[in-house]
Amino acid sequence: MSGVGALAAALPHLLALGADDAPTGPQGLGLRATQGQVLEWPTLVPLPVLVPLVAAGLALALARHRRAQAAVSTVALSVVLATSVAMLLAVQDVGTLVVTVGGWPAASGISLVADQLSTLMLSVSSAVTLGVLVYSVAQGAADGDDGAPVAIFHPTYLVLSAGVSNAFLSGDLFNLYVGFEMLLAASFVLLTLGGTSARIRAGSTYVVVSIASSLVFLAAIALVYAATGTANLAQLPERLDALDDGVRLALQLALLVAFGIKAAVFPLSAWLPDSYPTAPAPVTAVFAGLLTKVGVYAIIRTQTLLFPEGRLDDLLLVVALATMVVGILGAVAQSDVKRLLSFTLVSHIGYMVFGIAVGSVAGLASAIFYVVHHITVQTTLFLVLGLVERRGGSTSMDHLGGMAKLSPLLGVLFFVPAMNLAGIPPLSGFLGKVGLIQAGVADGGVLPLVLVGGSVVTSLLTLYAVAKAWNRAFWSRPATVGREEETRSDDDEAPDAATTLSGVGEVSQRQDAVERAQGVSALATEEDDEAAAAGALTGAAVDPERTPVEMTRVPRGMVAPTAALVALGLSLTVLAGPLLRVAEDSALELDQRQPYVRAVLGQAAADRVAPTTQVGPAGGSR
Amino acid sequence: MSPALVLVAVVFVLVATGVYLVLERSLTRVLVGVILMSNGINVLFLVASGAAGEPALVGSAEPARMSDPLPQAMVLTAIVITLGLTAFLLAMAYRSWQLHGHDEVQDDVEDRQVRGRAVRDETSGSYDPDDEEAPVEERSEDRRRAHASPSPRDPSPHDRAPDDGPRRAAQRREEGP
Repeated sequence: MSGVGALAAALPHLLALGADDAPTGPQGLGLRATQGQVLEWPTLVPLPVLVPLVAAGLALALARHRRAQAAVSTVALSVVLATSVAMLLAVQDVGTLVVTVGGWPAASGISLVADQLSTLMLSVSSAVTLGVLVYSVAQGAADGDDGAPVAIFHPTYLVLSAGVSNAFLSGDLFNLYVGFEMLLAASFVLLTLGGTSARIRAGSTYVVVSIASSLVFLAAIALVYAATGTANLAQLPERLDALDDGVRLALQLALLVAFGIKAAVFPLSAWLPDSYPTAPAPVTAVFAGLLTKVGVYAIIRTQTLLFPEGRLDDLLLVVALATMVVGILGAVAQSDVKRLLSFTLVSHIGYMVFGIAVGSVAGLASAIFYVVHHITVQTTLFLVLGLVERRGGSTSMDHLGGMAKLSPLLGVLFFVPAMNLAGIPPLSGFLGKVGLIQAGVADGGVLPLVLVGGSVVTSLLTLYAVAKAWNRAFWSRPATVGREEETRSDDDEAPDAATTLSGVGEVSQRQDAVERAQGVSALATEEDDEAAAAGALTGAAVDPERTPVEMTRVPRGMVAPTAALVALGLSLTVLAGPLLRVAEDSALELDQRQPYVRAVLGQAAADRVAPTTQVGPAGGSR
Repeated sequence: MSPALVLVAVVFVLVATGVYLVLERSLTRVLVGVILMSNGINVLFLVASGAAGEPALVGSAEPARMSDPLPQAMVLTAIVITLGLTAFLLAMAYRSWQLHGHDEVQDDVEDRQVRGRAVRDETSGSYDPDDEEAPVEERSEDRRRAHASPSPRDPSPHDRAPDDGPRRAAQRREEGP
């Protein structure tokens, strides 16, 4: 406990130091306007990384002042959001923004590149991060738990945000690795917050798998460097094109495996549903929204910029199908809503990989749109689940029930994003899926058509899974389904179940006894039809130190950001036109490859790089 | 440029040993495996940087005869990162030992429950709770796991109890936002 606490307190600090060194370099932050662009816009580029890092240090120093800490993080993330949106708009006008950190030449130094894709990702992710932060601040205020290890929550969360921004902005494979490590190290701390038994267990899986993927990534960078002598994303296309086919394939595979683990693509996805559900609700929400998408972003970036000929597209298509189908079948089997959503998260990564693998501009654009949609929706769902857990005392469908009657607001908040996830028209999930299906049909190959079928089936199964969750948790009478399950686990689990059953009155302080008692009291209320709606609450009331009133009232501060994110998800539907245009523009930019290289290295270098359409086997499709 | 064979062999041995150790269940062994593997990959960077040359200090030698400094900078960064992660893993293994008396990674409880339901065919429409016959090995395995690790410090090992609200609530008190 103390070990974890002390280390967790030290980690963000260490990271802040290390990372501050990395992007600033020896001469401080020397900005250099490239290619005659206005100086003002590139100045913004490092801010999404720097501001959260500085704020993380500040928040750590303010560890004893809760409110000041919360204010610092909120302000920092608001600045990041404002910067990102400003950059997104600026990129439309002035083109890709580039900053070579420290004034080193782009080839040997670190460059931060903000093109359409990066800024779009950055805007959505920072909006979601800010929403989750407000939610967790409200949760902390509602719980009033002083002395808990939350002092490290804010600094760590800010480092996570900085890592995500760094990964999105990185113009360099190694800097991408550093970004990944920042967000991973922060996520380790957040996932094991409090160091309880369940979290340490889940954390072990997560940490080991993440480290393994990082090592694969690092090895891949070493190989890329050995083959080309650079890790710069703008220099690599030209040098990789000159390489032997076999070597290039090996490098592509190595990078794909590394990013595949992070993005939770099927054979490499088993770690995700195992580790995410145990974390606190806001943490799970932000992980579900962002971390896998950073992996997807890295796949998009490398597949288009570095390996445009798409020799692994068939493999990616198969993998995408497996991710969708296996993921959603896993979701159908779950009885805990948190785990169910973790499985849908895995499953829907398949859609994005599908879009990437089709390889046409339309496919890429739909994949990008889908990423934006999915970040918002998945985060929102996990946040709502946090509220459900507070209100109903559990996230298991066996114990929940009657939530819609208990709290209609929560019902709406859950229902809208759930239907959005399943892809009910006219919501953004539907638009994204239609875009992908159109791209698949336009491609016309056998595999893409199979994928089209697969994605429709997955969409239907998603609808089945979330409808099941809705029915059992929100519509059914409380705990009617729980009886068999509960007696069963008593049977299975312990000879002392009988003693617990007999001693309903005296609720022991021991935790497993409390847990059994919850089932028992739920059974008791079940007799009483009038009290049916209150049944879900009884379980919560068993918790010895929390009064029912505290449990039943969901703080407004937590509902507001959740509602805001639901609204953001809906606005994606309303703004689908402009959003799709941005997605198409960035897909086109990715497909041409030259704009990226031109922005970083200049026109001469860009001329030596062929656009995807000329490299690929057939025009328009890689 | 021809890579040094000795270095390649070192990379091979370190990474192979590391992979073997990472596949173990005990976190301490995993930790040692991670350290070996990351050292192996750091050496791989040295292979990538080509033959050793003069120190890359301005004015000390001709640029053509210098070593490539960039991979060394990358290795340094990687070493620092690995150090932080190692410290974290170590703390986690210690915490695991504190809680359970060992540092082995357990299976997920909910996973086992879902698997158990599938084995009992409970999810099918024809399921009847009265004629339940849970397969013997499933139950005995559960029991063995449940009693395998009594810890002196923690009288209620959470990981064998079914997933439930009050525990979550109790955790929430500890963890804050």
